[in-house]
Amino acid sequence: MSASSDTINELTRKGYEYGFITDIEQESAPPGLSEDIVRFISAKKEEPEWMLEWRLEAYRNWLEMTPPDWAHVNYPPIDFQSISYYAAPKNQPKSLDEVDPKLLETYEKLGIPMHEREMLAGVSSGNRNVAVDAVFDSVSVGTTYKDKLAEKGIIFCSMSEAVREHPELVRKYIGSVVPRGDNFFAALNSAVFSDGSFVYIPKGVRCPMELSTYFRMNAGHTGQFERTLIIAEEGSHVSYLEGCTAPMRDENQLHAAVVELVAHQDAEIKYSTVQNWYPGDENGKGGIFNFVTKRGLCEGANSKISWTQVETGSAITWKYPSCVLRGDNSVGEFYSVAVTRGRQQADTGTKMIHMGKNTRSTIISKGISAGHGQQSYRGLVRVAPTASGARNYSQCDSMLIGDQCAAHTFPYIDAQHPGAHIEHEATTSRISEDQLFYCMQRGIGAEEAVSLIVNGFCRDVFKTLPMEFAVEAQKLLEVTLEDSVG
Amino acid sequence: MAMLEIRDLRASVEGQEILKGINLTMKPGEVHAIMGPNGSGKSTLSKVLAGHEGYEVTGGQVFYDGKDLLELAPEERAREGLFLGFQYPVEIPGVANTYFLKAAVNAIRKHRGEGEIDAMEFLKLIRERMKLVKMDEALLKRPVNEGFSGGEKKRNEIFQMAVLEPRLAILDETDSGLDIDALRTVSEGVNALRSPERSFLLITHYQRLLNYIQPDHVHVLVKGQIVKSGGKELAQELEQSGYALFDENAA
Repeated sequence: MSASSDTINELTRKGYEYGFITDIEQESAPPGLSEDIVRFISAKKEEPEWMLEWRLEAYRNWLEMTPPDWAHVNYPPIDFQSISYYAAPKNQPKSLDEVDPKLLETYEKLGIPMHEREMLAGVSSGNRNVAVDAVFDSVSVGTTYKDKLAEKGIIFCSMSEAVREHPELVRKYIGSVVPRGDNFFAALNSAVFSDGSFVYIPKGVRCPMELSTYFRMNAGHTGQFERTLIIAEEGSHVSYLEGCTAPMRDENQLHAAVVELVAHQDAEIKYSTVQNWYPGDENGKGGIFNFVTKRGLCEGANSKISWTQVETGSAITWKYPSCVLRGDNSVGEFYSVAVTRGRQQADTGTKMIHMGKNTRSTIISKGISAGHGQQSYRGLVRVAPTASGARNYSQCDSMLIGDQCAAHTFPYIDAQHPGAHIEHEATTSRISEDQLFYCMQRGIGAEEAVSLIVNGFCRDVFKTLPMEFAVEAQKLLEVTLEDSVG
Repeated sequence: MAMLEIRDLRASVEGQEILKGINLTMKPGEVHAIMGPNGSGKSTLSKVLAGHEGYEVTGGQVFYDGKDLLELAPEERAREGLFLGFQYPVEIPGVANTYFLKAAVNAIRKHRGEGEIDAMEFLKLIRERMKLVKMDEALLKRPVNEGFSGGEKKRNEIFQMAVLEPRLAILDETDSGLDIDALRTVSEGVNALRSPERSFLLITHYQRLLNYIQPDHVHVLVKGQIVKSGGKELAQELEQSGYALFDENAA
């Protein structure tokens, strides 16, 4: 008898904690996508003419494109005319004090601090402050610590506000890393993008607190089209985190985001994601389709971009946070923990494009599959003829829990410089009965044992997260995997 | 009352009967040694007592401290003070040795209705117990058993035992793969932990371990049955004559 396989099979059935719906008056665009809808969104956001033109150009591009079919995921064709492309709470607040209490309550329930606390002078340890931009469906409902950040010249606001208040910056950078026609979902996003965050760190400034955005999808039959742009000027430094949750709904909802990062000379951007969109129920009903294009450009010499992602949610994840290493000596990093359970499918990984001299990249990917989860790592390491002295190290480890799930690895290597130094390591393992028994023999219960083993497996990635979020990620993993072992 | 009472215990692995009616009684404070050739069922006995799911109990009873041991889940047995020192300690990548041990200590404390151990208290405890097995402090921070040498793994088992303070410790071939210095250190650790309340069941193929840890009773296990029991002199006898004699008797 093999009780631990039963044990293990149950690991995947815990409910979703953030599945509630906020009952709030919302206005939304009628379903369907057309030039009129693009104009409607642009008008709602009071955008300048050039922004509208940019969107329309993207929309026309999109009309000629077809959805990508190379990913190792299965889903019925998406009817893009049945989705609403804009939803927002009716009463739009002017400042944090005016935000609808129901919204504040929502964020409180999600554990997201929407109030600003004064930092005690001289007390630097303990709770560090985190500035938050809260995006609810298609709009940002509030951004904290804006004034404090402005003192250092840092701009942290919603994308909509940035388009209005800082058009010169947006115009210069939007689409500069992910072009409008980059891919089907990027084109769609460029046409209808709603809100996301805009971050600008001036030359030589080290951002004094973590910046974060929490994305919440609330309205039914609505897609969310996040657009985020982070610019780090010469010698600056910023750490940014995004979190994502959505209610449990029977329908599949689309989240198609574009995130662009630009790091100038000697600048560093650390971008962390804890993605916990509703994954659908255990039979695969409902859940978010997460089709995301994230790319960072290490524009200047000695710049560094580091992506860390903890992906536990979504019915389908299609996401490859990438780095274009253009500056000499620039560094790209990708650390990922992805969990698929129930009927979740994930095709995720990264692209490291080495163009500058002595550029270096590191890829650490940890995939965990349980239940009927399907997971693929897909990564590209390209070394251009100009990239002498380029180095890459990739490590892709998969852990299988139970015998109904699967893990796949698709590494692509394209070395066009003879001196390229590329290393790739991959392992696949199971939580063995022996490991479980060993833990249990020491008094540790099966569930805790699984969580212990899985956390150990993910340690290399968790240690790259900011402290507070590492704890959050660890807890999330515990909740996600609870009952996988019975 | 007996610490452990095994009555006519039978167990199978994948349909094949390995234990064919074991009887054994241990009192608190006693050290028993079970010796036997390869394949006699020694390790099966230790796994069955600890509750490994891969082993099916097909008959008999086991009482631990008066309780029906076979009714308890493996982690409950551990929390009740039963410890198994593994013949092949398992590696758990990425989980620091101290973190693992703390999880174990707290699970046991919770079972007893006590709160979690204070961080300083825990540190003090492990520092003190480390000395018993002369373990390198660096091993505490390393992932559980990962990259440990054979000797380090066995030391780590005894170290865990010293921290968890079990009432019944079953040591499965703790001596295998140890050089003479390691064997001495491990034995000293075990001897230091002997007490009137704690019993040990030593499972070994070779007599040499018993030069360092003096048992009160020695049992010879052949083909799933205890064919002879006696005092520590029985071990010496085995060393001289080997198991062949018993093997024939058993057949």
